[in-house]
Amino acid sequence: MARKVVITGLGATTPIGGDVPTLWANALKGVSGAHTLPDEWVETYNLPVKFAAKASTPASEVLSRVEMKRMDPSTQFAVVAAREAWKDSGIETVDHDRLAVAFATGIGGVWTLLDAWDTLKEKGPRRVLPMTVPMLMPNGPAAAVSLDLGARAGAHTPVSACASGTEAMHIGLELIRSGKADVVVCGGAEAAIHPMPMASFAAMQALSKRNDDPEHASRPYDIDRDGFVMGEGAGALVLEAEEHAIARGATIYAELAGTSVTADAYHITAPDPEGLGATRALKAAMFDGRIQPEDVVHVNAHATSTPVGDKPEYTALRAALGSHLDKVCVSATKSQMGHLLGASGAVESVLAVLAVYHRKAPVTINLENQDPEIPLDVVVGTPRELPEGSIVALNNSFGFGGHNAVVAIRSV
Amino acid sequence: MASNEEILAGLAEIVNEETGLETEAVEMDKSFTEDLDIDSISMMTIVVNAEEKFDVKIPDEEVKNLKTVADAVNFIAGAQA
Repeated sequence: MARKVVITGLGATTPIGGDVPTLWANALKGVSGAHTLPDEWVETYNLPVKFAAKASTPASEVLSRVEMKRMDPSTQFAVVAAREAWKDSGIETVDHDRLAVAFATGIGGVWTLLDAWDTLKEKGPRRVLPMTVPMLMPNGPAAAVSLDLGARAGAHTPVSACASGTEAMHIGLELIRSGKADVVVCGGAEAAIHPMPMASFAAMQALSKRNDDPEHASRPYDIDRDGFVMGEGAGALVLEAEEHAIARGATIYAELAGTSVTADAYHITAPDPEGLGATRALKAAMFDGRIQPEDVVHVNAHATSTPVGDKPEYTALRAALGSHLDKVCVSATKSQMGHLLGASGAVESVLAVLAVYHRKAPVTINLENQDPEIPLDVVVGTPRELPEGSIVALNNSFGFGGHNAVVAIRSV
Repeated sequence: MASNEEILAGLAEIVNEETGLETEAVEMDKSFTEDLDIDSISMMTIVVNAEEKFDVKIPDEEVKNLKTVADAVNFIAGAQA
């Protein structure tokens, strides 16, 4: 019998809340974190997309000046979220050799990389910061969290674009089940609201161009959706072997019942229109957690608000859940905070855990005319009460490269 | 040309900026690694910032000889001369 894995700590810093209580309150209320960017570089480079969803609490309000200097913005967010999750778990003593980290990023230290390139061109090699390499490396967030918490059972960095944060949960579950760790701090971090990634995502027509109305730009499932809104931040979850959590009398939010990762092998960016890879991921996560379609009451969908992305996810959900899908309520929380890329799966896992724990599904905003080809029961207006008894929520994440990751959260 | 006192004060500011140490902690007889707990990456950052601030060149091979704050102050004073 595999070890049962539970979730005992949550942390987040996002465009709609700099900590978990604020994030949750706003997710239930339905607010937009997307705003016109005040940065000079938007005009300097005449970017086609002039808005994004920045973290509502700058990391500089939480971290010391020296910490800020020695960490890329993505790592700053990771450390902020991981510290909150760790404190929330209430763990006071732990065998550090049995504590691991699985902290994802989609893009890594892009600010550091490009700042250093500018410095090299403008001022020469002597002025390139000696900390450049450890700050730009994609394993920077995982390494910083490991260092901060003294986690010595390995620090892993799944990099699977926008599925990264959810894949971190998959790794965490496997580490505990296989007996390699008792506690894993999982998460994802991203800080890519920089002119170059903004220009690149715009070039591939992935971003919404609703410059005159940023708050309504992220509109998953709406017939007028025209792309995603770039977000930033981090989410973190403390996973723990159930017996470890019970022995210390921990508050248990939920069980991480099952996870899965699949690959489309279809196209480098376009989702498989039939959603076959996503369907296999959903079925595999349910099989992994011994979950029947009837157990599922809620889905935190990937739903980025792109014209081509939202529908295949529906197709996959229909294939995996069948007619029961009509009894499942779906939240598209990217409508509120935009797309946090490699952090999105972690933040949305935090929301799925809270939905199960509080038995309340957060709202989807900006859904005015639902795409008739996506007949999902979407939570709009007010939060939806979830039923009593044993319930399961799913969180889907899909990434460029054909990555699909699903986690299944069960009430305890 | 900065006096030794001015170089010490400037160096203390650079160390404070990089490590958060109080400027008063940066005293002539202090060892960068033993007393001030400055690692090699921070040391290189301090060196490059000192080069700019005092308009001197501190060759990489010289850095290992700068064990104490006094070593650095004396080297910078000499390089300015």
